[in-house]
Amino acid sequence: MSPLLDVRNLRISFPSRQGPVEVVRGVSFTLGRERLGIVGESGSGKSQTGRALLGLTPPSGRATADRLEFDGVDLRHATPKTWRSLRGARMSMVMQDPKFSLNPVMTIGKQLIEAVKLHGGKAEARDKSLAMLEAVQIRDPERVMAAYPHELSGGMGQRAMIAMMLVTEPDLLIADEPTSALDVTVQIEVLRILDNLVTQRGMGLIFISHDLHLVSTFCDRVLVMYAGQVVEEIDAADLQNARHPYTRGLLNCLPKIEGGVRPLPVLTRDAAWLKAGG
Amino acid sequence: MAMLDIHDLAVTFGHGARAVHALRGVSFSVNEGESYGIVGESGSGKSTVLRAICGLTPMSGGTVTLDGKALATPRDPAFYRRVQMVFQDPYASLHPRHTIDRVLSEPLAIHGFDRRENRIEQALDEVGLGKGFRFRYPHQLSGGQRQRVAIARALILEPKVLLLDEPTSALDASIQAEVLNLLDRLRAERGLTYVLVSHDLAVVAHMCERLLVMQHGLAVEALTREALQASRATQDYTRNLMAASLGFTRAAIPA
Amino acid sequence: MTSLDTLPAKPGLRQWLLSEQPSSRRQARFGQSYRAWLAFRSNRLGMIGLGIVVVLVLVAIFAGFIAPYDPLTGGDLRTARLLPPSWDHLMGTDDLARDIFSRIVYGSRVTLVVVALVAAIATPVGLLVGTSAGYFGGWVDTVLMRVTDIFLAFPRLILALAFVAALGPGIENAIIAIAITSWPPYARLARAETLTIRNAEHIDAIRLQGASSLRIIWGHVVPLCLPSVIIRVTLDMAGIILTAAGLGFLGLGAQPPQPEWGAMIAAGRRFLIDFWWVATMPGIAIFIVSLGFNFLGDGLRDVLDPKAQK
Repeated sequence: MSPLLDVRNLRISFPSRQGPVEVVRGVSFTLGRERLGIVGESGSGKSQTGRALLGLTPPSGRATADRLEFDGVDLRHATPKTWRSLRGARMSMVMQDPKFSLNPVMTIGKQLIEAVKLHGGKAEARDKSLAMLEAVQIRDPERVMAAYPHELSGGMGQRAMIAMMLVTEPDLLIADEPTSALDVTVQIEVLRILDNLVTQRGMGLIFISHDLHLVSTFCDRVLVMYAGQVVEEIDAADLQNARHPYTRGLLNCLPKIEGGVRPLPVLTRDAAWLKAGG
Repeated sequence: MAMLDIHDLAVTFGHGARAVHALRGVSFSVNEGESYGIVGESGSGKSTVLRAICGLTPMSGGTVTLDGKALATPRDPAFYRRVQMVFQDPYASLHPRHTIDRVLSEPLAIHGFDRRENRIEQALDEVGLGKGFRFRYPHQLSGGQRQRVAIARALILEPKVLLLDEPTSALDASIQAEVLNLLDRLRAERGLTYVLVSHDLAVVAHMCERLLVMQHGLAVEALTREALQASRATQDYTRNLMAASLGFTRAAIPA
Repeated sequence: MTSLDTLPAKPGLRQWLLSEQPSSRRQARFGQSYRAWLAFRSNRLGMIGLGIVVVLVLVAIFAGFIAPYDPLTGGDLRTARLLPPSWDHLMGTDDLARDIFSRIVYGSRVTLVVVALVAAIATPVGLLVGTSAGYFGGWVDTVLMRVTDIFLAFPRLILALAFVAALGPGIENAIIAIAITSWPPYARLARAETLTIRNAEHIDAIRLQGASSLRIIWGHVVPLCLPSVIIRVTLDMAGIILTAAGLGFLGLGAQPPQPEWGAMIAAGRRFLIDFWWVATMPGIAIFIVSLGFNFLGDGLRDVLDPKAQK
């Protein structure tokens, strides 16, 4: 079976006064219908990688790749028309803060129904929207349909956002820090919902996060990014046996409830990590 | 003996029907040299406790006692030499157009300290930033370096109590470890008293001997670190928090 | 590393200014200014605006050397009245046989004085009122902003007219009148900026150091409001020049025979059909200088205002 997404040697650079700066330097991976985590610290290029997959690299940036295929479609030279037919319908993205991703002057219901209509399905748009809100564990979907984004709490807003992204039943969902703005207890609930939807509908999920701990408990496979490169690719269950010193350092420097070493081990960055690929 | 004693602290925003009760009678006390943690989610009022202690948010009830003496409102200048605060967001807590030198020298000027040059250099040394950082602007520093400057600023007046409002939640994990270690070392060296607020149970468990769990402006439960580590929490909410901080579990959704 | 007291030699100056590790307050400040200059230099329109303003200043300073004739006394009234532009009189002569180019050159002094004094009076007043209102809030805010509203309720030229009528015509009174009518927008702007700055964590932090309100407003709030107010003042310069010219045109600003551009247009109005250059030349001068200040303001906005950055 061919993979859902095939990325080979993805590079993204931005111009600066000192010439172009590469923020993503040769990232390669394939994705099936599974949960893939991309973990890294700020500036590791994880978010830019996610955006590039949807063709959302900022205009000043330049993204190149040897191969960038989604379900057999070459995304490198996709026309705006191709993108329109893919984005929303077949691949979607959930961002960190729902407040910036939802239209503030439109009710949730109206935005949901519009999303359904845009991708076919006129008649049953309303029913479909209601069903989707129920699927993301919103207890009172009628009320939420009539609400404006600012009337919802953070967790509720993020659920509405996920509903909006999933109502068109995409094959691939890219979630960029989807729960970082939420409280831990709410975060787990939202992840449960995401998890169920992925399992039931057989979607591919790319989960981008800074939280190695969370990603390793949620995803099947983890890519660890450092300075624009993937330094380690590892099964989530196998994370404790990570080989790369960066991954191990990241794991060790987290404080633990059960008590750990004092002082916490700190990460010493090695210049060699910048050269080693994959 | 208690360094800081909070009794029945209440904070209300707004008036009448639209009043929001951010804190509804919170009491705890912190011993000298102790590190005390406050854990809660957004809206629990955990940060409001710190802001009320140092007078940034007016109290609507209760008392705050520092070293045996009830605090006056507004706080007098002497208070700020004994209690200082480190804020959450290192990108917002330093003035964008002031050099580090100015950030550190201003409190010294306000309180008429002598040997300013020495004190500034010593403060930078203590937080692990060399002299080379002294005349830089905040935008020339990384998040972790900025937080170190904020810690240096808080310590330059030689306070006894440090209020820490989510000091590492805006930082990457590896930088968080460095800053937590720094705070740990400074407390040991200077015999400081900490009140640390965080949403992260693991950070509080690592840093604090005792902690308070808060929800909706109320104290849910007070625990010692040992009780937390042995999972001897008595309240459901605390247990939920503990479970959630262990990461995602693929269990069935509880009804 | 360079010594603190002596500026290094030319080749090292750039590195010294761009050093990421300044070793003194002075180096940090110069370095910051140099970076701003580098950013401004890449803005073509801003540089054109700056060029125009610099030329205006130079012309005003060296008017005595540049102007070929006396601006106040004319030539022979029988032969030299209303001459068209020629090599002898670059912009022609007016009805009193005075060389228009010389009058425009000297008129730049009047324009510059108006602009500089209005900026020097209105900017601090606007900043002070706006930041105080925004920082203290409550009744201070209400009182200060209602006063501002009253000033804003009148069209600027009408209000300036009223003041000049009350104070008496003349360039000094025109300057005072324009200054009095131009501070309210700056106060509004400074207040709006202050409201967003007031709750910033770094303001909380300095409050926790025990700083007085005066120190906070002057040392912490004003520097952050200053860029947007400077931009606004620069963009307003064109309007100030036009208001001064308008007052001059109405005979309420500079009094004859003072060479003021607005008054010169007014004088030339009578001959507009037959002797177009008399009114057109000062009009072009006003146009170019206004444009220059607008370009400069736009350029400054690109450099100073982080919100406008792409």
